[in-house]
Amino acid sequence: MAIETTSIKRETLEKLFSNWLSEGKRILAPKKLGDHVDFALVGSLAEVSLDQVQTVQSPKIAVFPRVEELLAFQSTDGNVQLRERDLAVLPETVIFGLRPCDAAAFASLKAIFDWDTPDKLFSARLEKITVVGLSCSRADEYCFCTSVGGGPGAAAGSDILLTDMGREDFLLEIISEKGRQAVRSVSAGLQPDAAMDKESRLARVTPAFTVEKISSVLAALFDDASFWEKQSLRCLGCGACAYVCPTCACFDIQDEGGASGKRLRCWDSCGFGLFTLHTSGHNPRPLQSQRWRQRLMHKFSYMPERQSVLGCVGCGRCSRACPVDMNMVEHMRAVAEAKP
Amino acid sequence: MEDLRNKARELLAAKAVQVVVGYGRGTGASRRAVFIQSAAEAGELLFDNACRQNLAVYLMKPEVRKLGKMALVAIPATLRTILQLASENQIQDLELLALVPDASGAVTQLATFAAIEAHVVLQDNDLSAAEKGELQKYEIMGMEQRRQFWEEHFSRCLKCYACRAACPLCYCSRCTVECNQPQWIPVPAHDLGNLEWNIMRAMHLAGRCINCGDCSRACPVGIPLHLLNQKLISEVYTHFNSRSGMAAKADHAMSTFKPNDAEDFIR
Ligand code: SF4
Ligand code: SF4
Ligand code: SF4
Ligand code: SF4
Repeated sequence: MAIETTSIKRETLEKLFSNWLSEGKRILAPKKLGDHVDFALVGSLAEVSLDQVQTVQSPKIAVFPRVEELLAFQSTDGNVQLRERDLAVLPETVIFGLRPCDAAAFASLKAIFDWDTPDKLFSARLEKITVVGLSCSRADEYCFCTSVGGGPGAAAGSDILLTDMGREDFLLEIISEKGRQAVRSVSAGLQPDAAMDKESRLARVTPAFTVEKISSVLAALFDDASFWEKQSLRCLGCGACAYVCPTCACFDIQDEGGASGKRLRCWDSCGFGLFTLHTSGHNPRPLQSQRWRQRLMHKFSYMPERQSVLGCVGCGRCSRACPVDMNMVEHMRAVAEAKP
Repeated sequence: MEDLRNKARELLAAKAVQVVVGYGRGTGASRRAVFIQSAAEAGELLFDNACRQNLAVYLMKPEVRKLGKMALVAIPATLRTILQLASENQIQDLELLALVPDASGAVTQLATFAAIEAHVVLQDNDLSAAEKGELQKYEIMGMEQRRQFWEEHFSRCLKCYACRAACPLCYCSRCTVECNQPQWIPVPAHDLGNLEWNIMRAMHLAGRCINCGDCSRACPVGIPLHLLNQKLISEVYTHFNSRSGMAAKADHAMSTFKPNDAEDFIR
C-alpha cells in the first residue's frame, strides 16, 4: 500500500497507548532502567524513553526470546508424549519506539527462521507484532545504517513510523495494513500532515562503505588468515555482540527435567569457542580469528548470497556492547579497503 | 607517552619481546588494546586515565600468546593479575615483561616476578574509598533485601559470558557452566540458570579476584558483578588475612588445605 502521511499529537498518542492496552495488547518499548535504556513492557507513553540513540538489547526479544520453550515431554514406561506450544496464547505485542534499523532487522530474522521449513513459533510471534518505529534525530559513532541500505527515517519493516517534530507533534506514516488497523481507534484524531519537514528532524549518518564493495572483497578475503588475525586479536570470544544484535539468530537446544520436562531454545553465538566443537573433539573453527571471520561473512556474504538479505542493519549495538571495543563499522571499512 | 613508545621500540628492535600489548586509540574518547609487533607501530601506544582494561586477560589468550614473548603495559590491577596467575602456575617467571607508566609518563620495566612483587607491595591494593562506600551501602541491606537485589539483577543476565571472557582469572579451557556430563549449571538464561551461573562464578573468583572490575564493565546489561567480588575480597581479607595477587607463590584462601586448618569438615 502507499504510505499515508498524517500527524498526531502526543496526547492522542497517549490515548492510543491506553487503547492498545485495553484491546489486550502488550507494549514493548525503550525504558530507562538504572543507567541504561532497554526494551521493557510499559503501561503508558510517559514510561517510554524516546531520546536515546539506541537501547542495549534489540527488539528481537519479542520474536526470539533468550529462552523459549519449544515443547514439553512426558515419558512413561518408554512411551513419550509430546505437547506442542499453544500458539493461540502468544500475546499480541506492539513494539513501540524502536529505531528504523531495528524495524528492518525483522526481515533478516525471518529470512533465517523461515528458510526452508518455516519456524512455527517464530512465525506466530512475528505475526502478532505491530512495529511502531521512531525516526532517529541523533546518531553516534557506532551507527552505520546508511552503509547497509537503511537510514534514520527509513520506513522498511515498520507498520507505522513516527518522527518527533517537537512541540508534542509527531509525523505519523502508515506503512502497512497492520499499521492502519493499529491507529484506527484514533483515526479521528489524526491530522493531515501540515507540510512537516521530516528530513530536517533526522540524524545525519554518513555512509562508511558500500555493500557492493564489501561483497566483491569478502569472498576473496576468506583465505587471508593474517587479515582476520589482525582484525580479531583483541576479541575475547564472548556472546555479547551476538546477543544484543537484532539479526543474530543462532540458538542451542537444551532439554530440562528428566522424564518429564521441556525442550528449550536458548541463544547461542558463533563467537564462542565451543560453538563448532564436534563430539569427536574436532573443531573446524579453533581460532578466534576464524570465528570473527564467520561473524562477518555470515552477515555480509552468506546471507545476501543465500537469502538475498543482509545480516546487518548497522545499529551499532555489537560495538557498544563489546567489552574490548570491536567497532563493526571500522571493521567493515577495513574489509572495504582490503586488497586481497 | 614518548617514554612508553621509546621503550616499546627499544624492546622490539632488540627482539627482547615479540609483542607489546598496550593501549591505543579506541572509539570516541575510549582506549582499546593494541598489539604492537614492530618498532614502526609503537607510535600507536597511548597512556592516560581512560586506559582501564586489564590487559593481563591476553596472557591467557592462545592467539596472543603464540605471538611470542610479551611486554604488557600494566596498571596496578594488571600487576596483581600477573602475580595471581603465577601463583596458579599459569605463567612462568621471565615469560613476560611488565611496563608500568607513572603519572609523569616515565616507565618502569619489571622483568621478574620478584620485581613485580616488590612494586606491588608499594601500590595501593585495597578497595578504593568509593568502592568501600558502595560496599557499605550493600552491606546494610538485610538478607532478604540482598536476595531480591540479586534476583532482580540476575534476571536480566543474558548468559553472554562477557564477564567471564573479560576476566583474566576465568581462563578455564572448559568452564564449569559448559560441563554437561553431568550438567552442573543449567545452560538456559532463565532465573535459576542465571542465579547458579553468577553465584558459581563469584565463588570461583573468591580469594582469586584481583579487583580489576573488568567483569562489571563488560556486562552489557549493567549487573554490578564487582559488588559480589568486592564483598568476597573483604570477607577473605577479614577471615584469612589474605589478599590475592600479592605474591607469585602463595597459598589460596579457598583452595589450599592444611592439616591444621580451623575447620574440620575437610579432614
Ligand atoms: S552486526 Fe552489529 S551493527 Fe549489525 S545489526 Fe548486528 S548488532 Fe547491529
Ligand atoms: S567482538 Fe566483542 S562482543 Fe563480540 S565476541 Fe569479540 S569481545 Fe565479545
Ligand atoms: S567461572 Fe569458574 S569454571 Fe568458569 S572460567 Fe571462571 S573460574 Fe573457570
Ligand atoms: S556479562 Fe552480564 S549478562 Fe553477560 S553473562 Fe555476565 S552477568 Fe550475564
